[in-house]
Amino acid sequence: MSTTESREEGTAMRKRTASPVPGMFNPVVFRITLRATLGRKRAFVFILTPVLLLAITALLRAVATSPAWPAEFLGDFGLSVVLPLTALIIGTSALGAEIDDGAVIHLLATPVSRLSVVTSKFAAAVVLTLAFGALPEFLAGAIAKGFTDRLTIGLLVGAIVASVAYNAVFVLLSVLTTRAIAVGLLYLLVWEGLLGNFVGGVRVLSVGQYSVSAANAIAKTSALNAHLTTGTATVMAVIVTIASLAVAGRRLSSFSLKGDAV
Amino acid sequence: MNGTGLIELSNVSRWYGNVVAVNDISMSLGPGITGLLGPNGAGKTTLLNMMAGFLPPSRGELTVDGRPSWRNPEVFRTLGLVPERDSVYGFLSGLDFVRSTARLHRLADPDAAAHRAIAIVEMADAQDRRIATYSKGMRQRIKVAAALVHDPAILLLDEPFNGMDPRQRLQMMDLLEQMAEQGRTILFSSHILEEVERMSGTIEVMVGGRLAASGDFRAIRRLMTSRPHVFLVRSSADRELGAALIGRPAVTGVELSPRGLQVRAADFGTFTRELAGLCRDGDISLREVLPSDESLESVFAYLVAS
Repeated sequence: MSTTESREEGTAMRKRTASPVPGMFNPVVFRITLRATLGRKRAFVFILTPVLLLAITALLRAVATSPAWPAEFLGDFGLSVVLPLTALIIGTSALGAEIDDGAVIHLLATPVSRLSVVTSKFAAAVVLTLAFGALPEFLAGAIAKGFTDRLTIGLLVGAIVASVAYNAVFVLLSVLTTRAIAVGLLYLLVWEGLLGNFVGGVRVLSVGQYSVSAANAIAKTSALNAHLTTGTATVMAVIVTIASLAVAGRRLSSFSLKGDAV
Repeated sequence: MNGTGLIELSNVSRWYGNVVAVNDISMSLGPGITGLLGPNGAGKTTLLNMMAGFLPPSRGELTVDGRPSWRNPEVFRTLGLVPERDSVYGFLSGLDFVRSTARLHRLADPDAAAHRAIAIVEMADAQDRRIATYSKGMRQRIKVAAALVHDPAILLLDEPFNGMDPRQRLQMMDLLEQMAEQGRTILFSSHILEEVERMSGTIEVMVGGRLAASGDFRAIRRLMTSRPHVFLVRSSADRELGAALIGRPAVTGVELSPRGLQVRAADFGTFTRELAGLCRDGDISLREVLPSDESLESVFAYLVAS
């Protein structure tokens, strides 16, 4: 191609909107993240777990005799195991995996604000967790108790709270550490699983408790093991989500790459 | 083109703990092509990362178009970066990738901008294929297209020739020179010295974090071809060839060994030309000519000492 042609092309490329890149949400980052997260090998984990959840629920419905099994199983296993793990895999995959393999550079080497990279990736992670975590939880509730039962609706609300708050925390972890999955697992097992059972104060800082407490606000059953009031759970879930995203955005603004000398 | 294309560094250093990666570098880059050469670990990538705002200098000042690039994503309105790492979204087609980048830049017509950038790197034929199916050279070119899509005045390329075959390397070099002719500031890093053989422009040589040599490509090329060399030569008549070689001013020493002739040449260019002539005249057939001190470090050390 001749130089003159390239110059003309250059002139045409110059046209752009004058405003700085605005907004908290970037659809391009959102779409790419959806596809990238679904395309990773670890996606099979969050695609298989809902199948497992639904299969066990169907089995229990056929054989279980205790009337409390739907709340116990879908609370202890569904809300407290399946949802956090699904969110962990998706939330750390959305940003962390791209930081690890370097693909994120192609997003960061543009004038898009770093906060909007964080929020758009978070949004993609929430959508995927809703699809592969919250929706199956709702369907499992429906298998156990029917679509309009209070428990079913409660589980759906709890699962939505979990999808949002967990992903905010795991997206933050992705920016803070290269071992986001390990740190996230420790948080789930040690903080929420172990300490949360013994130390009351820990529950105020447990996303899992926001989720079951939100579910319990509608379902109203002691089998869910909810320990926070609806008000506390709601306020804390909102604070944790917003604070995590804000800190993640700030940290990503200082995202640095090391050279070959180290 | 967007921006003036000026990069200014004054006394820039960068260290990680006790390790100094970049040591007190001052330079000023403007339109044209500049090669940043040096062995691996010399601090080239660290320097490029600082220019692109992906690392703050520990000390010193670095500005792109008059503004610091650290914590300033706005710098990418005038700057395009082609990172060394080959991680591109493999599930996207080349066109999707470049068009997405155009959208991230909020260009008025992302589609047209993407097609133009792809035409510049001559990737139109493969634009609809998934990037995962591209060869190394194609991936480099599609990365260049993405970095060019917003028509930046500055293009930074980290080891753009890595893993390319000689033909792809030539194409890329032509492309970079074309863009420099259009008035862009092109800076590429490389640890392969021979790349300057084809290049016109300025060369900055980095060794151990410092700017070791800097100047016009011709001066560096001359230094490269006139540097002393040790060769291992095997021929049909080593003794005769050795006798003839020692009579030449370009040769400073010859040693006969069971493996062949160890020849020390003071001048690389002259020696390689004369060797062919001597063999032809003496009817000696040349079996092997091996440079035996070609380690990059020794070449760079020589350049630094000169």
